[in-house]
Amino acid sequence: MADVNRGNRPLSPFMIGSVYRPQITSVMSILHRLTGIGIGLTGVLVVWWFLAASTSPYYFDFADGLLTSWIGNLILFLALVSLWYHFFNGIRHLFWDAGKGFELGQVRTTGIATAVAAGVMSIVTITIALWG
Amino acid sequence: MGFRTDRQRVHGLGTSHTGAHHWWSQRLTAVGMLILVPFFLFPFVRALGTDFETVREIYGHPFNAVVAMLTLAVGFLHLQQGLQVVIEDYVHDKPVLVAMLVANVVLCAAFAMTGIFAVAKIAFA
Repeated sequence: MADVNRGNRPLSPFMIGSVYRPQITSVMSILHRLTGIGIGLTGVLVVWWFLAASTSPYYFDFADGLLTSWIGNLILFLALVSLWYHFFNGIRHLFWDAGKGFELGQVRTTGIATAVAAGVMSIVTITIALWG
Repeated sequence: MGFRTDRQRVHGLGTSHTGAHHWWSQRLTAVGMLILVPFFLFPFVRALGTDFETVREIYGHPFNAVVAMLTLAVGFLHLQQGLQVVIEDYVHDKPVLVAMLVANVVLCAAFAMTGIFAVAKIAFA
């Protein structure tokens, strides 16, 4: 019964890839955290944009110009997809919190639905942003 | 679930002497964001990349301004709650942990208030 491997075992956050095959469950769980952090960082940029819009037309043009430059657009695009992903995956988490949707088949189906919904809503939002 | 004493069951608290308040509060802000995000996002992406006057006009509208301020308040609170869990999961050095938890609260509050101030200034202009 003695555990000869004591202290030399892989720890949970670092098991995916080296020990466990990445699966839809683990990958989506990590993405939920990463997208959350990404949205938060982009939120700071949005606060700066509002601050510029409350200050002067010149400051606004500077902030708005930076946020809609190619690098700004890239960051906002990633943040937008992250936001919708986190939004729909968050609904999934709330159902799990209520004890529903734990069957493996349901987890797969809702996982794919989350990715599809995030993609569709991102396209809808970009359409509104460009032609709204 | 029969491991608690009667007294513990009455208090609803475990050995940590605190309950599931943080967990529940994070769910409340999550549901709040489900309602706020669509109402915030669409006027915001329309305002983005336009000119100063258009942005002032969009956020001069009371509904857009109130939704934006609520989104900033609830959003940064939800961010603070989420980041706290991430920090607690990955930072194990006690002084560093405490410093990061404090910085998390201070920064999230500061960004939320700055954003709310800016939107209010636009709305009242």
